[in-house]
Amino acid sequence: MSILAKVVQWFTDPTHWQGADGIPTRLVEHVQLSAESVALGALIALPIGIVLGHFGIFGNLAIGVSNVGRAVPSFAILVIAFQVFGLGDTPIILALTALAIPPMVTNSYVALREVDPDVKDAARGMGYRQLAQLVRVELPLAVPLIMAGIRTSAVQVVATAALAALIAGGGFGRYIIDGLAQQDYAKEFAGALLVAVLALATEVSLWGVEQLLVPRGIRLLRAPAGARVRTFKTA
Amino acid sequence: MPDGLFLDIVDPWINWSWLSTHVPTVLAAVEQHVTLTVIALLGGLAISLPLGIAAHRWTTLRLPSLTTFGIFYTIPSISLFALLIPYTGLGTITAEIPLIGYNVLILLRNILVGLDAVPSDVLDAADGMGYRPLARLVRIELPLALPAIFAGLRVATVSTIGIVTITAVIGLGGLGQLILKGLIESFHTPLVVATVLSIALALVADLGLAGAQRLAVPWSRGE
Repeated sequence: MSILAKVVQWFTDPTHWQGADGIPTRLVEHVQLSAESVALGALIALPIGIVLGHFGIFGNLAIGVSNVGRAVPSFAILVIAFQVFGLGDTPIILALTALAIPPMVTNSYVALREVDPDVKDAARGMGYRQLAQLVRVELPLAVPLIMAGIRTSAVQVVATAALAALIAGGGFGRYIIDGLAQQDYAKEFAGALLVAVLALATEVSLWGVEQLLVPRGIRLLRAPAGARVRTFKTA
Repeated sequence: MPDGLFLDIVDPWINWSWLSTHVPTVLAAVEQHVTLTVIALLGGLAISLPLGIAAHRWTTLRLPSLTTFGIFYTIPSISLFALLIPYTGLGTITAEIPLIGYNVLILLRNILVGLDAVPSDVLDAADGMGYRPLARLVRIELPLALPAIFAGLRVATVSTIGIVTITAVIGLGGLGQLILKGLIESFHTPLVVATVLSIALALVADLGLAGAQRLAVPWSRGE
């Protein structure tokens, strides 16, 4: 029987759709780990990137953090977190949060930096104060790039969460790692498909959110997001 | 239990005597790491250069190629390794297909950015001087696109060095193999050594490429 037929059989087996090792449970685990990490990362990264970008300070730091983030192997961060904090979701979430932060800092910094200085002058001239200018003029213009950063982080976190199975985490990565260990190619292949679909679904759904959040007025004059800030891949 | 006693049996982050007796192991891991990275970069360049030039010339190619490799880039490496194992087994081919594919996207984007940015009066001048299309591409357009291509190459190199560690899952990994050893044996030294060396490798490669760029494109010192 070909591998694809075995994979179809794996997916149609009702026992794979229930219980602690069932697809619904693993999906919830994977999404929960990822969502918590991205949310925590955003809480830390976005204020930093936005404030630095607004004032235009520590630019090298805001850009450099992504270069460092790229250089640090995600696999190593996971294993180190596991060695320090032991079993459980805490080390996984901490490691994933650490991975989520750099692209969000860099992109939100660049997003605020790229707001047209003329627009800022106009806002100042219209009597906007610092905070009102940031919230009502700069942030709406920065939404596309900020969201691109969140999307990049989220896809990387979903990818790395699959690796968390190596440190006894849950999620779809379990099928890949267990399938490899048991030489059960159907299971391993099915897990790989699930991880791939989840990563693509994350990308597409966050792109959808981005479309909704981008103010209608700037959708027309939207410049393409810079290529370099989007190339962030660690897993 | 007194604290001191507990600390005595805790595995230190670096066990120097293990390290001193395992230099060959570490060097072999570095060598495998570098080899996997270099193949991934050369493979990425071999595909992205002709594709980028073609997509620059025939713009209808642009969206399909960027979309195809964009989707590929979004798929996690562990997922691609696992999808390939039934077909290409555990080994270098399974490791390199995803790594090369990722690099193609990074390089393709930058090649297009670089070629697009060549000023049209420069092209006009080249045409006026009698350059044929191929000579214009090789002697005018590609050199002017080099800074952008180098920028892409640096990002691709640093990313690849990080992702190579994940190929430990399919029995390769270079330094990733030492990270896996640290995990399986709960032994900190190989983990710390491999992490530090992997980061150092990325920084050295990045600096090396920056230096190569200065030599190759002396007019772009500012970037």
